Amino acid sequence: MTTPYQQQPHVPQAPGRQLGTYTSPIAVRRATFGDALASEWTKIRSVRSTMWTLGVLILLLVGLGLLIGFVVRSQDGHIGDTPVLSLGFYGVLLGLLCVITLGVLTISSEYGTGMIRTTLTACPSRGRILAAKSVVFFLLTFVIVAIATTLVAVVQASLVRNAPTPSGGEWLRATLGISLYVAMVGLLSLAVGALIRHSAGSITVMIGVVLLPLVLALFMFTDSLSGVREFLLNYSIPSQLGAFYGATVSDSGPSGWDPLWIMTGITAVALGGAFLSLNSRDV
Amino acid sequence: MIEAVGLTKRYGAKTAVHNLSFQVRPGTVTGFLGPNGSGKSTTMRMILGLDQPTAGHVTIGGHPFRELPNAPRQVGALLDAKAVHGGRSARNHLLSLAQLAGIPARRVDEVLGVVGLQQVAKQRSKGFSLGMGQRLGIAAALLGDPQVLLFDEPVNGLDPEGILWVRNLMKQLAAEGRTVFVSSHLMSEMALTAEHLIVIGRGQLLADMSVTDFISHNSADFARVRTPGTEPAQREKLTAALTEAGGQVLPEPDGALRVTGLPLPRISDVAHGADVRLWELSPHQASLEEAYMRLTQGAVDYRSTNDQKAGLQPAMPPGYAPPPVIPDVPQQGWYAPPPPGQNPYAAAPQAPAPHPGGPAPVPQAPAQQPVAPPAAQQPPVPQAPQPPAAPPAPQAPATPAAPTKPEDTR
Repeated sequence: MTTPYQQQPHVPQAPGRQLGTYTSPIAVRRATFGDALASEWTKIRSVRSTMWTLGVLILLLVGLGLLIGFVVRSQDGHIGDTPVLSLGFYGVLLGLLCVITLGVLTISSEYGTGMIRTTLTACPSRGRILAAKSVVFFLLTFVIVAIATTLVAVVQASLVRNAPTPSGGEWLRATLGISLYVAMVGLLSLAVGALIRHSAGSITVMIGVVLLPLVLALFMFTDSLSGVREFLLNYSIPSQLGAFYGATVSDSGPSGWDPLWIMTGITAVALGGAFLSLNSRDV
Repeated sequence: MIEAVGLTKRYGAKTAVHNLSFQVRPGTVTGFLGPNGSGKSTTMRMILGLDQPTAGHVTIGGHPFRELPNAPRQVGALLDAKAVHGGRSARNHLLSLAQLAGIPARRVDEVLGVVGLQQVAKQRSKGFSLGMGQRLGIAAALLGDPQVLLFDEPVNGLDPEGILWVRNLMKQLAAEGRTVFVSSHLMSEMALTAEHLIVIGRGQLLADMSVTDFISHNSADFARVRTPGTEPAQREKLTAALTEAGGQVLPEPDGALRVTGLPLPRISDVAHGADVRLWELSPHQASLEEAYMRLTQGAVDYRSTNDQKAGLQPAMPPGYAPPPVIPDVPQQGWYAPPPPGQNPYAAAPQAPAPHPGGPAPVPQAPAQQPVAPPAAQQPPVPQAPQPPAAPPAPQAPATPAAPTKPEDTR
């Protein structure tokens, strides 16, 4: 019964019926990258998880920022040499976890539900999908974080009047710089989500990447490990966030706009890996 | 037109699809059949460029799927009804796909109307039943109004009205000159929908032919003949006469005879010549399901067994004998007669009362008759081969011998 069937030559189709004659009356237009952007925008705005993660992100950024501003003011507003804009750091660090979650979910939820197969049937160019997702997610996150951090920075600067007035560069780094950095970490999460293809796994990895280096460094008491300890303290993601506010643990680490270039490099490598993986693996 | 050449897919040591070559032509509905795990879905994924074949290639209209210009306008597919994000509404799901393919947004409302989901278009698809999910999947496949359509199990979970709708939809799409490739487990549905069949088993091609050819190649038609149940001698007489006339005769469990190799009028003539009355003489045409079962018997990966519930039953009281196992109708060759010389009934007469070392079933039948009345007195053990309505009275002269036969009290 299992002997392979011997294929017979096919009988030609009945005359009179032409092969493959169906043509759709709907005008055929080549899909563009702009179409993919519109599609990803529809996808990201039409699920509740986006609304929830972004809602919590705004709540943390604005709520925590304002709360800390009011607490400092109620303590006579004495913060010494600390730059006043660095008060926004706490909200941004917590909000980063929301951005990571959203970044991972943007792509891994497609794998979790099987939607990726429907998507790739509608658009066989996998690179276009990844690029469209990256652009839509990055811009959305950047705009929201930029608005929230600017609002918080303005309010905090007006609440705490005893501190030195921030310079233009400090303002730029505490709003635009930090927003770009946070969105970039989100983009890294998206790339990790595309590589791991599993929501919970990817989110765990990213939270570990953000928090664990600092925790490890705290417990490195041995002198022989001091070099490693120094490196972890300087280059862990919370330290890099602090660098944007000029509030770093030590002076030897990255400063100014350095963290953004570091993170951009890492993200570019991860996205490249995600692109190669997406193109070669079965879905 | 879908064309696969030497398509092979291996996952590690397991070969899911092996050297599969076939063509799916436009203008007809082509059914894709195979047991569970035979590689149907893997093949469909390879056609859509989702899985990369280990060897061989598959093209749609001459191009591999991933190199098609305007793929979504040429190919539409329903792979898995649950392959949607449950948190998105039906309309937004279709809208995102339409935007991705550069299809105008009003087309979304059109296909929602085609599949009858307008009323739930704003609801999240998480709450959809399987049938509604299938409709949403079909809507997504129709979105680009494509020339090639693939459906993996489209009628799963649909109600009878929905099944009828899908059947007509497939036929209509094919009649418009499109290529329609449908996989299904429902043979009766395939028999009504498809004109051409591609059957695979264990990842290999078993058949590629039209439905009518498939049925006639893989099954034998037979005639069912029933002699009066009250006169078993007539049955033996007819069996002998038909065998002599060149037919092959198999007893059926309920006492009828299955005759192959003789046309119906000839059977009637032979019976008339042998002076045997007939209660039934009916032609039996094999269905697609029977032909399919016969073809794929050797290629089934997942077979069910009886649930023994071993160790879960309460202990039997002492002296309790477990109920005797009723011999079942042999499954081998049940759907169609086996080739001559391989008659499972002749080799081991299971359906009638087992008679170790007894003669062949044909001469044995008169001796079986005394067995019937004692069996009828044991209600929990129905003797399948005997017609239950057989009145015991005519057999009375033969009964005295019965109680002394130890092998009868099974």
